[in-house]
Amino acid sequence: MATAALERPQPAVLDEGAAARVGRFLRRAPVHVVLVLLGLFWLIPTTGLFITSLLSASDAAQGGWWNFFAEPSSWTLENYRNMFDNEGIVDALLITAQVTLGSAILPILVASLAAYALAWIDFPGRDWLFLGVVGLLLVPIQMALIPIFSLYNRFDLFDTVPGLILFHTAFALPFAIFLLRNFFAGIPKDLMEAARIDGASELRLFFKVVLPLGLPAIASLAIFQVLFVWNDLLIGLVLAQNNQPIAPHLASQLRQFGSNLDVLAPASFFSAVIPLIVFASFQRYFVQGLLAGSVK
Amino acid sequence: MFLSVWMVYPTVRTVLRSLYSDKGDRFVWLSNYKRLFTSDTLFTAIKNNALWVLIIPAAVTAVGLVFAVLVERVRWAVAFKVAVFMPLAISLFAVGVIWRIMYQQDPDRGAINAALAGARGFVSHDGVLSRARPSSDALEGSTKRGFTLKQPVRAGGVAVLGLTAIRTPEIPEDAADAVRPEPLQGGIAGVVWRDFKAGGGTPGRVERGELGIPGATVELRNADGKKVDSTETKPDGTFAFDKVADGQYRVSVGSGTFAEPFRGVNWLGDRLITPAIMFAYIWVTAGFAMVIIGAGLASIPRDVLEAARTDGASEWQTFRRVTVPLLAPVLTVVFVTQIIGVLKIFDLVLAIAPGSSTDDAATLAYVMWQRSFSGQNLFGLGAAISTFLLVLFIPFLIINVKRFRAEARG
Repeated sequence: MATAALERPQPAVLDEGAAARVGRFLRRAPVHVVLVLLGLFWLIPTTGLFITSLLSASDAAQGGWWNFFAEPSSWTLENYRNMFDNEGIVDALLITAQVTLGSAILPILVASLAAYALAWIDFPGRDWLFLGVVGLLLVPIQMALIPIFSLYNRFDLFDTVPGLILFHTAFALPFAIFLLRNFFAGIPKDLMEAARIDGASELRLFFKVVLPLGLPAIASLAIFQVLFVWNDLLIGLVLAQNNQPIAPHLASQLRQFGSNLDVLAPASFFSAVIPLIVFASFQRYFVQGLLAGSVK
Repeated sequence: MFLSVWMVYPTVRTVLRSLYSDKGDRFVWLSNYKRLFTSDTLFTAIKNNALWVLIIPAAVTAVGLVFAVLVERVRWAVAFKVAVFMPLAISLFAVGVIWRIMYQQDPDRGAINAALAGARGFVSHDGVLSRARPSSDALEGSTKRGFTLKQPVRAGGVAVLGLTAIRTPEIPEDAADAVRPEPLQGGIAGVVWRDFKAGGGTPGRVERGELGIPGATVELRNADGKKVDSTETKPDGTFAFDKVADGQYRVSVGSGTFAEPFRGVNWLGDRLITPAIMFAYIWVTAGFAMVIIGAGLASIPRDVLEAARTDGASEWQTFRRVTVPLLAPVLTVVFVTQIIGVLKIFDLVLAIAPGSSTDDAATLAYVMWQRSFSGQNLFGLGAAISTFLLVLFIPFLIINVKRFRAEARG
C-alpha cells in the first residue's frame, strides 16, 4: 500500500513546530487526495441522477447531465411538478408510505412481545422456539413467493396494502425477535426480579421496564424496516399489480429507458429522498443496528 | 403462529411444489431440477451467481478495509463516511437507474464513457474522417488499411491524395485552402486535401476553394512495402519528405487518420453487463463494509498498535500482522453477510440490465422471478430455483443455529 511507505518516521527536523507540521501535512497529502477523489466518485452517480431529474426533456436529449452541472439556470422543477400530477406515481408513493408504516409498526409490536416472552418467561420448549427463529433468519424471500401468491389470490389479499404489510411483517419477524430478545436478555436480572417482587404484572413489567430500556434497539429496528420496506422491489412486484409501491411501479417504466428519463429520474430521486432523510436523521441508530445484527 | 403461516408453511409448500409441473397438476419428481441444470439461461444464472459469490464478498471486504483504514487518518472522516454510506439508504432500484444513466453508451450521455473518451483524448488523437473515400481511382485501400496511391512516386515527384465524403464539421478548424506543392529536389512533396467543392470540380485536381486536411499521417513505403518515413500534413494539406533515396515509393495516408471515433464501451451489452452490475453493487455496499470494519478498527486497543510500532514494525507490518488478524472476526462477518446478500441479488439485475442482456446478467433470484412471475408462470421451475437457493443457504443456517446453541449453553 502506497501510504504505508509514507508513514515511515521522517529524519528529525531541527526546527520543530511549523516545519514539522508542514512535513506531516505533506506526508498525509496523498491520503487526503485519494480520499477526496474516492468521496467525489461516490457522490457523482447520485448527483447525476439529481441533475438529470432537473433537466427538461429537450435539454436532457442534448447531452450529458454534466454539461448542465454549472448551469443552474437551465434547471427546472417542471419534471417534479409533472410527477405530482401523475396519478400513478402519487398513488404508488402513498401506497409505499402506508405499507412502510404498517410494516414498521406491526413486526415491532409482535416481535417485542415475543422477544419478551423468549427472554424472561419460562415455558416449555422456549429454547427450541428461539432456535427455530434463528433458523428462519436466513430463509430467502423466494421460498414464500409462490405459495403466498396463490394463497393471496384465494383470500383476496393479492394487490392490497394489508397483504403487503403481512408479508413484510412475516419476513421481518425472525430478525426482529432475534435482535430484541438478545437486547432484552441483557437487562439486569435484579431489576426484573425487584419489579416482580413489587408485584408488577408481566404486562406492566413489559410496558414499564422492558420497553423503555429496549428503545434504542427498537429504534434501530424501525429504521431498518422503514428503509427495507420503502426500498423493496421484489415483494411489491410479485404480490401487487395495480396497487404497487413506488419501486415496482417504476420498474415497468424501465422498458423505455432513455426516452422517459424526465419521468423516471425525478421519481427515482424522490423515492430515494425519503430513505435518505430517515437515514440522515437517525444515522446513529442505523449504524448501531447494523453493528448489532449483521447476520441478516 | 404468524411465522408458521407466512414462512414455515410456504417453505414446505415451495419444496413440495418444486416436484410438480408448472401448472401444479402433475407430480414430476425431479424434472424441474433437471431443467434447472440443463437450460442455458438457468445455467448462466448459476454461473453468474457463482461469480458473484467468488468476487463480490472479497472485493467488498477489501474495499471496506482500505476505506476504513484510510479514513481513520483524516479529520473529515465523517464527511467521507456519509458520502460512501449514502447509497446504502437508496433503494437498489434507484441505484439501478443511477447507474444506467452512468453506463449509457454514447459518450455524450454516459458519464463513464465520457470520462473514458476524455482519457483517450489525452493519449491519442482521434481521426475523425471515418467515412472518407478516395476522390478518384488513383488511390486504393480503405479507412481500415489507409489509402495508397496506386502510382509509385520517385524523388522529385509530387503525390496528390484527394479524399472525399468528408463532412465539413470533421475538417479541423485550422484547415486552409489546399495548395498543389512544387516538386522537391531529391525529395517527395505532396498534398492531402478534400477533393470537393460546392458546384463540382474535377476529381484528382487541386482547385480553388478546396480545403487541405491538416494533421493527416502520410506514410512512405519502399518497393518492399517497408515503411521508411512518415510525416504529418500542414494546414494547407501539404507534406514533404525532404531527402529520399533513389527508387520507387508508395505514398499513403495512414489508417490512423481515419480511426473510428470513440463510440463508447457497451457496458450494458451481453459481455460486460455482469461486471457492470457488480461494480454498482460494490458502490452500494462499500459503505456497509467500511462502517462495520471501522467499528472493529476503533475497538483495537491503541497500545497494541503502539507496542508493535515501538518494536520497530513498519506501518505495513503493523497493518498486516496486528491489525488484520485482530480484525479477522469482523472481516468474516462482513464477508459472510455479503455472501448471503449476493446469493439473493435481484433488484440491481432487474434495474440495470436492459431487455437485450437480461439473459446474460441473470442470477438465480432473477430467473426465479422471471420464470414464475413476469408472465411465464412456470411455478414448478420457480419453486425448484427457490429450493436450490434455500439449499445454498443451509450451511449458513446451520452455522447460525450452532452458534446460538453454543451461546445458550455457555
